[in-house]
Amino acid sequence: MRKLIESLIAITVAIALSLVVVVLLGENPWNVLKVLATSAFGGSENISYSLFYATPLIFTGLSVAVAFYAGLFNIGGEGQLYMGSLFLTLFALKFPGLSFPLSVSLALLASFLGGGLWGALAGFLKAKRGSHEVIVTIMLNFISYAICGYMILGPLKSTTNQNPETAEIASGYFLHNFSANTPLNTALFLALTAAALVWFLLFKTHWGFEVRMVGSSQETARRSGINISRRIIQAMFLSGGLAGLVAVNEILGNSHKFKDQYSSGVGFVGIAVALLARNLPLGIIFSALLFGALSKGALDLELDTEKITRDMALMIQGIIILMVASQELWRKLRRAR
Amino acid sequence: MLVEQWFYSGVRIALPLFFAAFGGLLSERAGVANIALESFLLFSSFAAAATMTLTQNMPLSIAAGIGASVAVGIIFAFFTVKARADQIIVGMALNILATGSIPVFCKAFFGVSGQTPSIEMAQRLNSPWIFIFVALIIFAAVIFMFKKSVFGLHVTVAGDHPPALKTQGVSVEKVRWLAILLGAAIVGMGGIYLSIGAGSGYTRNMSAGRGFIALAALIFGRWKPIPTLLTCLFFGLLDALQIFMQNSNAFEIPTQLTQALPYIITLIVLAVFAGKNAAPKAINKSVDA
Repeated sequence: MRKLIESLIAITVAIALSLVVVVLLGENPWNVLKVLATSAFGGSENISYSLFYATPLIFTGLSVAVAFYAGLFNIGGEGQLYMGSLFLTLFALKFPGLSFPLSVSLALLASFLGGGLWGALAGFLKAKRGSHEVIVTIMLNFISYAICGYMILGPLKSTTNQNPETAEIASGYFLHNFSANTPLNTALFLALTAAALVWFLLFKTHWGFEVRMVGSSQETARRSGINISRRIIQAMFLSGGLAGLVAVNEILGNSHKFKDQYSSGVGFVGIAVALLARNLPLGIIFSALLFGALSKGALDLELDTEKITRDMALMIQGIIILMVASQELWRKLRRAR
Repeated sequence: MLVEQWFYSGVRIALPLFFAAFGGLLSERAGVANIALESFLLFSSFAAAATMTLTQNMPLSIAAGIGASVAVGIIFAFFTVKARADQIIVGMALNILATGSIPVFCKAFFGVSGQTPSIEMAQRLNSPWIFIFVALIIFAAVIFMFKKSVFGLHVTVAGDHPPALKTQGVSVEKVRWLAILLGAAIVGMGGIYLSIGAGSGYTRNMSAGRGFIALAALIFGRWKPIPTLLTCLFFGLLDALQIFMQNSNAFEIPTQLTQALPYIITLIVLAVFAGKNAAPKAINKSVDA
């Protein structure tokens, strides 16, 4: 309960600070707030856009959380989601004849596998070689951008136009869109299911218990005879796989092709999502909804205000992370008073 | 002749890497992991270009570039040192904050979010020699600092074993603050080089991952000044080689491969040598550790 209140305070402070910046830049903060709110929640079309933007954040938030329970900081979500996208696209282009549900199920597995293997590689280097996962995942991100960029502009390049994107996948892979006007699709249910499964795996299975023990105390885990290396690699596989599932929402549900650099940082925003939710799967759903609404709301700021751009969403997210991360200090200040 | 040209363009590519890597070196040697170098570069390159466009005053623009980087350094130090927040999370947050807030500022001042107005050749700090000169002075000063000065010793101890510093009556907090801010000022030179030295103004995401390549160079250089300098140079020459080959059409090498090479090399080094880790021992630990 106290943590919920602290998270709400962090959000409020972040929005307030951003509004101060808005005032300094000479815009009307009340107007900005109004545009943000109506553009995120005003009407079913806006809401469904907000949900569409929230979907990938549920995946990446869960991804960060799973790694966190194993005591690891996975900032490689971007690289993992692109590797998931690459595997999914390769599979779908290779087998265009498949039809639902086989097509979607196998594509889903492909994206999970792509992201998972990229994550497991970081887990392997951590467990077997002691390389710090933060540095390793940063490097793997850039290597993944390069591999995907090469494939998209090279072997998989669309032949019908000059855009940096692959050819379109067959319609047997398309996910159901809830309305013709918005990209919201059934991947949202996949995300909610993933959150439930992650919760079950982490808190209701023996495996999850062991992973969490590795994360909280390696010494205790070692004494209990847990194979620490294996749990670390497995947790990073799951973490990366969850990030890989972002491809299902984007490629199967929306664009139907792999566009170069499409993610606009959802892998990193996942860190904010997980932090704000204290890594709890249910909380991650809500915090992803909040950040999704923020992204949608900020899109319209660009049109409806003179000076503010959509990037404002990232600014607020950055401040939220700082607020949550430094809550130890605020607590201390309160005690001192 | 060709070799000379190659070396010269390699050095120019290495310059911003050098400034970012040495700024990061000060911070990390004091025990503060710094993945926010990218944001330091972005803020300083924007501030320098914006000031130049608005005032046409070179010294003021240089001051603005360094000042912006130091200002971000103050935020970084406040949260990592004073608030004891996780260093990696704070670094990540600042990178997100930079990509989010600079376009907003840019639009507010210049009407477009993607770039500052183009700066004329005559107003740029166009000669790389000035930057090379400054880089060499910084290089010598950092070496002197670690080898001979008391402050350098304090930085090393703050990074390896903070309690030992406390028993000497030296404040770990103060040492880390100073190391971060000095480092930030150095990174600021890199931002200035990008936007009003080599470039003709600020463009969106101008640093393009250089903060992370610098981090890779720092790790590859095992957190030591001379190897770090050489690694920056090596990465620069590698990139210059790729550009040459691209232009001459001699070989067909995918640009993506050469772009990823610094990261691949660092990853291999991490995988092979991680056992005997050269990282400061108290890196990513709070001042109370």
